[in-house]
Amino acid sequence: MSIPVSTDVTSMTVDQIQAALADGATAVDITQAYLDRIASADGELGAYLHVDPEAAVAVADAIDAAGTRGTGLNGVPVALKDVVVTEGVPTTSGSRILEGWRPPYDATVAARLKAAGTVLLGKTNMDEFAMGSSTENSAYRITRNPWDPDRIPGGSSGGSSAAVAAGLAPWAIGTDTGGSIRQPAALTGLVGHKPTYGSVSRYGLIAFSSSLDQAGPMARTVLDAALLHEAIGGHDALDSTSIDAPVPVLAECARRGAAGDLSGIRVGVVRELGGEGHTDGYEDGVLSRVAEATALLEGMGAEVRVVSCPAFDLALAAYYLIAPSEASSNLARFDGVRYGLRVGDDGSRDLDEVMALTREQGFGAEVKRRIILGTYALSSGYYEAYYGQAQKVRTLISRDFSAAFADVDVLVSPTTPTVAFPLGARTGDPLAMYAADLCTLPASLAGLPAISVPCGLSEGLPVGLQIMAPALADDRCYQVAAALEAAQDDARGHRFLDQLSRRAATPEGAA
Amino acid sequence: MSTDRLVDFDEVLTRYEPVIGLETHVELGTASKMFCGCSTTFGGEPNTQTCPVCLGLPGSLPVANAAAIESTIRIGLALGCRIATWCRFARKNYFYPDIPKGFQTTQYDEPLCTAGHLDVEVDGETYRVEIERVHLEEDTGKNLHVGGATGRIHGADHSLIDYNRAGIPLVEIVTRPIPGAGAKAPEVAKAYVTELREILLALGVSEVRMEQGNLRCDVNTSLAPIGSLEWGTRTETKNVNSLRSVERAVRFEMRRQAALLDGDVRILQETRHFHEDTGTTSPGRSKEEATDYRYFPEPDLVPVAPDEEWVGKLLADLPELPAARRARLSEEWGIAPTEMAWLVNAGAVGLVGDTVAAGASPADARKWWLGELARRANDAGVELAELAVTPAQVAELVGLVSAGTINDQLARQALDGVLAGEGGPAQVVESRGLAVLGESDELVTAVDAAIEGNPDVAEKVRGGKVQAIGALVGAVMKTTRGKADAATVKRMLEERLC
Repeated sequence: MSIPVSTDVTSMTVDQIQAALADGATAVDITQAYLDRIASADGELGAYLHVDPEAAVAVADAIDAAGTRGTGLNGVPVALKDVVVTEGVPTTSGSRILEGWRPPYDATVAARLKAAGTVLLGKTNMDEFAMGSSTENSAYRITRNPWDPDRIPGGSSGGSSAAVAAGLAPWAIGTDTGGSIRQPAALTGLVGHKPTYGSVSRYGLIAFSSSLDQAGPMARTVLDAALLHEAIGGHDALDSTSIDAPVPVLAECARRGAAGDLSGIRVGVVRELGGEGHTDGYEDGVLSRVAEATALLEGMGAEVRVVSCPAFDLALAAYYLIAPSEASSNLARFDGVRYGLRVGDDGSRDLDEVMALTREQGFGAEVKRRIILGTYALSSGYYEAYYGQAQKVRTLISRDFSAAFADVDVLVSPTTPTVAFPLGARTGDPLAMYAADLCTLPASLAGLPAISVPCGLSEGLPVGLQIMAPALADDRCYQVAAALEAAQDDARGHRFLDQLSRRAATPEGAA
Repeated sequence: MSTDRLVDFDEVLTRYEPVIGLETHVELGTASKMFCGCSTTFGGEPNTQTCPVCLGLPGSLPVANAAAIESTIRIGLALGCRIATWCRFARKNYFYPDIPKGFQTTQYDEPLCTAGHLDVEVDGETYRVEIERVHLEEDTGKNLHVGGATGRIHGADHSLIDYNRAGIPLVEIVTRPIPGAGAKAPEVAKAYVTELREILLALGVSEVRMEQGNLRCDVNTSLAPIGSLEWGTRTETKNVNSLRSVERAVRFEMRRQAALLDGDVRILQETRHFHEDTGTTSPGRSKEEATDYRYFPEPDLVPVAPDEEWVGKLLADLPELPAARRARLSEEWGIAPTEMAWLVNAGAVGLVGDTVAAGASPADARKWWLGELARRANDAGVELAELAVTPAQVAELVGLVSAGTINDQLARQALDGVLAGEGGPAQVVESRGLAVLGESDELVTAVDAAIEGNPDVAEKVRGGKVQAIGALVGAVMKTTRGKADAATVKRMLEERLC
């Protein structure tokens, strides 16, 4: 493969940055390049909620002084979604209710990245408490899609996706509850992976829906995503739901996959996710790119067949009962008593009124909508009909996966039914917004690993292919995604994201 | 303070039949909290034993304490419960500042232990108390409401919260309703908590210090007209935090409810607070407008699935339980079951046993705990175990008496010193100068002085009226302020006069 190596640090992949650091570039130089780009571009892009250039340079400087740069991830910058708790660094989860909170501890993900010698560039924007698919639910700012500033960058990890796609970070951590890594990755042309539930620690991720939340990598390439996943994965005694298994070998799988041999790999195309009889709401351009990608996999030796997972049709309804139910409980701690916002404590109001006012003013409309929905679903007399039923659907979805994986190694589908939609297009219609997660919800509900990898453009905007695998078989996602990425890069002659930087270099789109 | 009309207790029973029930919360004595590594030590500076987990900071996650699960299973086994093979924690959702997460992590429809029983004895009769469930949860923080008259949140100027207690493992033991105790209902309630406390002590799972809140009782009481097929509406009396109070709370509620029922007033199903000072209850929040706790399985914790073999081993390794111990001790000490029952009622079995183990004879140990010490506990309005004297110190006291170092009267003075915190018995005897006078110069002088000062009496004794010698002994005891040994004094007088 002959991909030209960029000389602009901010369009480099992480393995290129590692090589540059090994070659003598300093961590401070690399970090400063990203900080400069953030300074010049983020006012318009809106990817970050918090950047502390001095702190970032200080960390980079310490790594240069320690002489460890160029080994492992030492000196490689990273951005964290603002849902990840960082010691001494403001963490808001995109909400007013946590404005000004500086946590006294680090999330395990943050601690591992710190220990690995990465340099924290900043905290990225997100839908409030990760509830949303466009990042428009952030209490602080709008984030734009680098491919078209009038469009959404996906969500809820839209700050991370925009930052990485626009070269404001080489890679970033996102979190995925119903698709919040994969969907924004797809809409901005990134690789985003939701790990097997329990394989990356949730300790220090501000909980949205505990039985679904997972942190994962968002990167420019499959290999980068694998490297970042390896850095954050593995058992954590602080998270009871953490799986006690060794850190998976993923980068090696990505490299192997890039060789392009998929012979013997059985690929199932999920009918219920954009297949025959299930195309309502799917854009033709998206379906065409997915079909072409599937053909490409077949061309590399994969055995492709259509599989049916009927319970997937119920995923959206089940998800919007389970996630809000858990959220209604998880968000109860934001009562103005211990940290964050407190409203109305002027001596004239009693405790209940202060709590109510704080939550009234501290939470945005979508968060309130889900708290109310979840509170209702868990109420005595309704529990069985809603929460109980939704859990049964969850079991049915898992069974569909098990049955499918008896016959195939991975399942594929579009990551999203449409390309990035315009800002404001769905803010008045929650159900239309929820539909953006249609394809990503089944793997979330079943706790399975799923990756989104770019598979072309439709109307000039990125389309993602989703590859799902059985629990703990994250390596298969990386292997198949890397094969597809390599084949497309070869055909194109440059990396997927290079299309964006080339376009940016020619103003007005004139060529 | 209470303005409730009350019916005389004996009269209550002529018209009504009580049903009681108890929910007992026990703080386990594990080194660390239920879901984090923080210390559980009592009495630390407020909010010094906290971390992101027990403060419920955003992002923090619980990890269940295996030792607490083991203790709960052992309690269940000691109560003859069935142990779940698979169960989950649940979230109980409600807003209150002392629960930092906005929910309490507890167990709901899948408790660790179910369907046990505990037999208690009152006045020679055995009552079987059925145990509905034993489950594990976390304690809340402690609110301190500053200003205002009542110490309650209403009317307070401001409130402080101490989260040191938040997250301490708490076991809840719930009985099934206990009917049929009649007039003995208050005593059965007390006997149940007493016996439960003995079991917890024997298991070593908690210090069970009621004054520190290690064991807290909610007492349910209802009355139904005699012969009625249905039970009455119950009240739940909270904060019943001593054994004596358990009995008083039931007694008071029976008398209060009877007065209401006599006047055809409906009993409200409500939470009531018990007031130690007056022995009365007052209404708390009404259960009829109760919050919906929206219980659901705690997704942050994995299910608990106790291995059958492990549970079998825990059962086999249970220590001798109090009932069996009592049977054995009755025999060893050679006492009748009725006397053993007194010891039980006085909460003294363990204390006597420990005193015997520390070297005292069973008879001496019983004499002290049921006599002098019981009197002092009663005067102070506290339980025997709450007296500031240990079984080892009582044994030491007994030893000093049998060695003749002190007599019974001096021993009571030594006990005064021990209770006043002056140290152990030997130390107090030393510092207060309580040792019995031997045939010392001081005693010889005192004896001679008594004879000289009472010539008439001395003459009578010389004349053969030996019983008159008592007056002379008394005189010696008076001059020596009780430090002399009466037998010695008598012998010395006889040597001089007979």
